[in-house]
Amino acid sequence: MKLIPHGHRAPASSPRGRRRRPHPVSITGAVAGAALAALVAAGCSSSSSTPASGGSSSASSSGKVTLTFWTWVPNMDKIVAIWNKAHPGIQVQVQSQSGGDAELTKLLTAAKAGNPPDLAQVEYQVLPTLVSNNYLADISKYDAGLKGDFPAGNWNQVTLGTSALYGVPQDAAPMALFYRADEFKRYGLTVPATWAQFAADAAKLHSEAPGVYLGTFSSADPGEFAGLTQQAGAQWWSASGSNWTVGIDDAASQKVASYWQSLVAGGGVDNQPQWTAAWDKGMNDGKYIAWVSDIWAPSDFPTTAPGGAGKWVMTQLPQWTSGSGVVGNWGGSSTAVMAASKNQQAAAQFAAWLNTAPAATAALVSQGGIYPADSAAESAITSPPAYFSNEPDFWTLGKQYAAEAAKVTWGPDVNVAYTEFTTAFGSAAASKGSFLSPLAQIQSTVLNDMKKSGFTVAAS
Amino acid sequence: MTNPSRVRPAWGARTRTAPRLAPYVCVTPAVVLFVLFLLLPIGYALFMSFQKSQVSGLGLGAGARRQVFAGLSNYATELTDAAFTSSLLRVVIYSVILVPVMLGLALLFALLLDARRVRLQRFSRLAIFLPYAVPTVIASLLWGFMYLPTVSPFPPVLARLGLTMPNLFTTHVALLSVANIGVWGGTGFNMIVLYTSLRSVPAELYEAARIDGASQTQIALRIKIPMIAPALVLTGVFSVIATLQVFNEPQTLAPLTNTISPDWMPLMRVYDLAFNDNDVYGAAALSMMIAVVMFILSYSLLRVSNRRVFQGR
Repeated sequence: MKLIPHGHRAPASSPRGRRRRPHPVSITGAVAGAALAALVAAGCSSSSSTPASGGSSSASSSGKVTLTFWTWVPNMDKIVAIWNKAHPGIQVQVQSQSGGDAELTKLLTAAKAGNPPDLAQVEYQVLPTLVSNNYLADISKYDAGLKGDFPAGNWNQVTLGTSALYGVPQDAAPMALFYRADEFKRYGLTVPATWAQFAADAAKLHSEAPGVYLGTFSSADPGEFAGLTQQAGAQWWSASGSNWTVGIDDAASQKVASYWQSLVAGGGVDNQPQWTAAWDKGMNDGKYIAWVSDIWAPSDFPTTAPGGAGKWVMTQLPQWTSGSGVVGNWGGSSTAVMAASKNQQAAAQFAAWLNTAPAATAALVSQGGIYPADSAAESAITSPPAYFSNEPDFWTLGKQYAAEAAKVTWGPDVNVAYTEFTTAFGSAAASKGSFLSPLAQIQSTVLNDMKKSGFTVAAS
Repeated sequence: MTNPSRVRPAWGARTRTAPRLAPYVCVTPAVVLFVLFLLLPIGYALFMSFQKSQVSGLGLGAGARRQVFAGLSNYATELTDAAFTSSLLRVVIYSVILVPVMLGLALLFALLLDARRVRLQRFSRLAIFLPYAVPTVIASLLWGFMYLPTVSPFPPVLARLGLTMPNLFTTHVALLSVANIGVWGGTGFNMIVLYTSLRSVPAELYEAARIDGASQTQIALRIKIPMIAPALVLTGVFSVIATLQVFNEPQTLAPLTNTISPDWMPLMRVYDLAFNDNDVYGAAALSMMIAVVMFILSYSLLRVSNRRVFQGR
């Protein structure tokens, strides 16, 4: 629904649907029902739906430590098994999550209830939210030495520019454009190097084949739009001294919003949300022949468009200025240790291993389908993902895009901005109306939210 | 226990106090559970509704965020929130559409099943009831797929008839699409309640009516419906309460469409505040207001209907 599921969709049957049965015939009385709602709202009821989520680790009499780890990387249990075999004293238990947004919701609630896991996969953009709630442990005294292993941009995201360390970078998430080579040929479209060419392609496609689109503007994906604005130079949040500045409605973001508004209005780009069954079908059967996505897309393609292997091709995200070489970031995550964990040192040790040990990063690439942030691991991967076997230089391109990724600072209430994005851009996309007013709406919602919480904040 | 002289008076004392103690002992589990799982959580939610989170500086690092007293500010914020007022209006319209349609259908089916000479009566009863057994989340997914043109089975059928499928998720139609799931899922249960109530109407009444020359329709309108009015009121009140708490259906459909926002219905707004915006304080305040409105509404509905249907009995 809101925060980017890091490409891994939260199934529509995600845990948020699982609640009391407010059926038109419920026999629950008004008071009891409303009280239940109040209960849920107050977060008194444990929201964790993972049966085994015992929360913090427990050290047994033998000195063995068991760490719980929330993640949505596929096959993480197999990767963790490598660690568990080598470290009988520190056993890690993977509790699989459905995606970034679903996990954050659970994490915020579990941490508030004092019952979080020891370790969690945390997307870069929500680190400040968790830090500002004091839910993450500062692991600088264990893992600060890893600094040299990661690109400065990724390292800056996990330190938030302070001397503390709130996680170990896991994957880099530079954006890229994916397109159907066969369909582009069929409609005589040129692979766009600039956004102007992309718009020209969209117009041409619409005149030749109405009902076929160069992708869709998805109100379900604030992170995608945020990444596109980063490319244009937007800084949605910035901090100096003890003051925050919010620039969601700045000129760069407005440029991007107007651009996509005209594409949606022109009919070359669809207005439906991504990650639905209808979107999957469109990606698979040639209704959508381009997708503005990210380096992690190879882990989604096989399920989204199983029939498209060998037809989809990755290329650089179109540029605003020809030949400039800047891309945005969509998602990307770190491994963080929760403040409530009783075994922070062991957890920090595991987080370091997972994201820097060659055996672990190799498994992350081959089994988890993610693009590691670790510089050494990045160089070690050679063979392209199976879905993109037609593109032998896939990871060479990936490395280039990672180096081109725009620097970004995230604010302490990205979750509020992203939810408002879904609401505001949802109605704008549906009506194909102005994309500038939703942008202003998000800006004012974020400003109000931050002011309400007592932040010193100004609009840029 | 070894000294019989001490056992005796103790036994006597117990028999004397037993009648006074027994009721308390019996009622204790219920009271304890009620306090632990209803009163305390409500009290805690009430407490939280007057709190808020306050940060200092950049808000990063340990101790940067504190929970402070907020007075009525959470209530004021939510009450003046335009999204909340429009969700409130939306849920009222939803209820006004859903309840009469659902109860009307339930009543119609109950009357048809109760009429004599209906074939396949047992089967029909089960078939109408069956959707109620489908969990609402699954029902919503099922309908959601049917509503999306590219994955729906209907467009090819409609195309043969020269028709195209309308967009079922436009701003206004979406409410009907959601209500449809409610009608589909809820009619069966209400039908069973009304039907059971019809079966308990004494057969002599019908006999007398037939002797007087009343038609089946007249019997239905003049005898059956007035006789089951209490059941109608009951199902009506429960349906209103339940529709005002609608959550599962729109929440499940939300990812499928731009139209259904995270704060589309009041309870979705509560969820949105608590879990998306991480503002349990605002969510608690909103929950309190919804609880009060629900309480007043159901209490007055019951009172009014009591007076009219049961004549104050």
